[in-house]
Amino acid sequence: MALLELRNVIRRFGDFTAVNNVSLSIEAGEFFTLLGPSGCGKTTLLRMMAGFDVPDSGQILLDGQDIANTPPEKRPIHTVFQSYALFPHMTVANNVAFPLKMAGVASAEIEKRVEKALEEVQLSRFAHRFPHELSGGQKQRVAFARGLINRPRLLLMDEPLGALDAKLREDMQRELINLQKEVGITFVFVTHSQDEALALSQRIAVMNLGQIEQIGEPSVIYGHPTNRFIADFIGKINLIAARITQVSDKTMTLEINQLGTTTLPLKQDIKSGDQGVIAIRPEQVAVHALAKQVEIPHAYTGKVLDFLYVGDVTTYVIELDSGIRIEALLANSSPGRARFFEVNDPVIVSWPQEAIQFLLDQP
Amino acid sequence: MNKFRLTRWLISLPPILFLLIFFAAPSLIMVITSFRFPGEYGGLAPLVAPETDTMAGDSSLYGLTLEAYRFFFSDILYAEIFLKSFAVAATSTLICLIMAYPVAMLIAQSAKKYRNLMILLVVLPFASNFLIRIYAWMIILGPESAFSHFINNMLQFFGFEPVMMLFSSFAVLVGTVYVHLPFMILPLYTNLEKHDPVLLDAAQDLGANRWQRFWRVTWPQSLPGVFSGSALVFIPVLGMFAIPDILGGTGDILIGNLIKDQFLGTRDWPFGSALSIMLMLVVLCVTGLFTLLARPRAPK
Repeated sequence: MALLELRNVIRRFGDFTAVNNVSLSIEAGEFFTLLGPSGCGKTTLLRMMAGFDVPDSGQILLDGQDIANTPPEKRPIHTVFQSYALFPHMTVANNVAFPLKMAGVASAEIEKRVEKALEEVQLSRFAHRFPHELSGGQKQRVAFARGLINRPRLLLMDEPLGALDAKLREDMQRELINLQKEVGITFVFVTHSQDEALALSQRIAVMNLGQIEQIGEPSVIYGHPTNRFIADFIGKINLIAARITQVSDKTMTLEINQLGTTTLPLKQDIKSGDQGVIAIRPEQVAVHALAKQVEIPHAYTGKVLDFLYVGDVTTYVIELDSGIRIEALLANSSPGRARFFEVNDPVIVSWPQEAIQFLLDQP
Repeated sequence: MNKFRLTRWLISLPPILFLLIFFAAPSLIMVITSFRFPGEYGGLAPLVAPETDTMAGDSSLYGLTLEAYRFFFSDILYAEIFLKSFAVAATSTLICLIMAYPVAMLIAQSAKKYRNLMILLVVLPFASNFLIRIYAWMIILGPESAFSHFINNMLQFFGFEPVMMLFSSFAVLVGTVYVHLPFMILPLYTNLEKHDPVLLDAAQDLGANRWQRFWRVTWPQSLPGVFSGSALVFIPVLGMFAIPDILGGTGDILIGNLIKDQFLGTRDWPFGSALSIMLMLVVLCVTGLFTLLARPRAPK
């Protein structure tokens, strides 16, 4: 049985449906992420898991028990808030002790467990400091220690790394993964940052307009997005209009806008005449100098329109002769990397067949 | 930088001068007065015996003396009046606090667009004269008022003796609480309004019920507001004389009335000054205590 199961959960605010018929199940010990643009309903869903909001219909089952109407203080589920929500009038130790005090744990026991919890997050030295005397990363760790101290069944996190700077965020991501492995508590993480979702999660649910678009492992979500929204939302991707011209037992033939035809293995539910796009990740695109004149299948000539150098990689925008623009991401350290391309350099662009994803236009 | 500093001084100079002339200097005069002898017909006896004055009586009536303070400590009555004033001030403060807290919370939790209107309603009584409002209470609490009739009818119905509400300690308390309630509501509201509501969510999420959320999150954070509100009620009530004069009975004399009597009645200026200084010392101690308490509490 899943630890937490949502069945057909609907939540409306007036005319606006924030969460529209969401069903999902989260297994014990998982690091599960709700990913989506702002306003997609992920925070509303999290608030319903915590108990701050009640679904208009549907069930929220914890270990098979419907908790949809149980108030937050009675759920074995804790939340780490985006602003950390540390109590400003309590020391770090008292903040961490708070859930134990509420649970009526004996004070000697509280002292022991707080000490241990602070050790786990390397904050023993700061036990008697007040929150305003801590840095952002330290506050973050106090919030985690407080959320985890009385071993909830589920720890919910609402964009907890949003307020940290990039470098610290990466450190905290690593710490968070280790912390989750150590304590073995199920984490549900809400974010709008696809990088964060891909880096942290064991499974991701991509949400849009109150619905779940796809649930899967990060590599599946990134490598095999099931629709155009996900392909576009997760990472950068080249989308070129395409149409199915022929379908056989095992293959489908596509006519790509201005780029000729290609044949791919057949996907489910595809029929002749379907309109859609082909999606190719920029890092799958190979760029060669025109002078090389190698014979490459599915290669197109074009010229460099623009590029963005960010140190480890460079993103080139290439305009093909047909007028279609392609983004290509090239690592600057790869051995075959002979030179940079400059603006207006003539180039040959190609990609492997297996890099092509055909995605149907959404009705 | 220098110019900036000069501007700052120029701007603060008028209020500093004002306070020096009208607060520091009079206070000093009062301190000196408390160590002098009263004049025969009120006012003060001269510091130096006029040599030509053959009519002068006891020569010891000139110069400086501790007589006023000796007099204060010689009679237990004065300590009792101080204690009683303390009790009235403390009770008024407590009642104000209990009544003001829910109101301040209600305003702080209301929609932003209604808050200013509610604050306006809280301070609206100040639009009419203080004495008029106190005299109005005299009528309300008086034996012929509808309110008095209602209370006494109720009491008789349940088999109790009717009461006279006016000219009693009860009437004094009603008056002080009524006048000072806004002074408690405003600082409390200012404090409560700043509380981050997500902290209550966090407390609830971590297992705190409604009561625990109040005592562990709202109340401790509101202490600075509680202390400044208490100071704003306690200190004026301690020195007040008009309300006990109008609403109180003969036994309801407070320090304020005692001091007023020394200047306007008995005409013993040195003793009045000594009483004022004793009151000031008490107020300073109380203020110091409140300031200490209002600081964020140090960890154990």
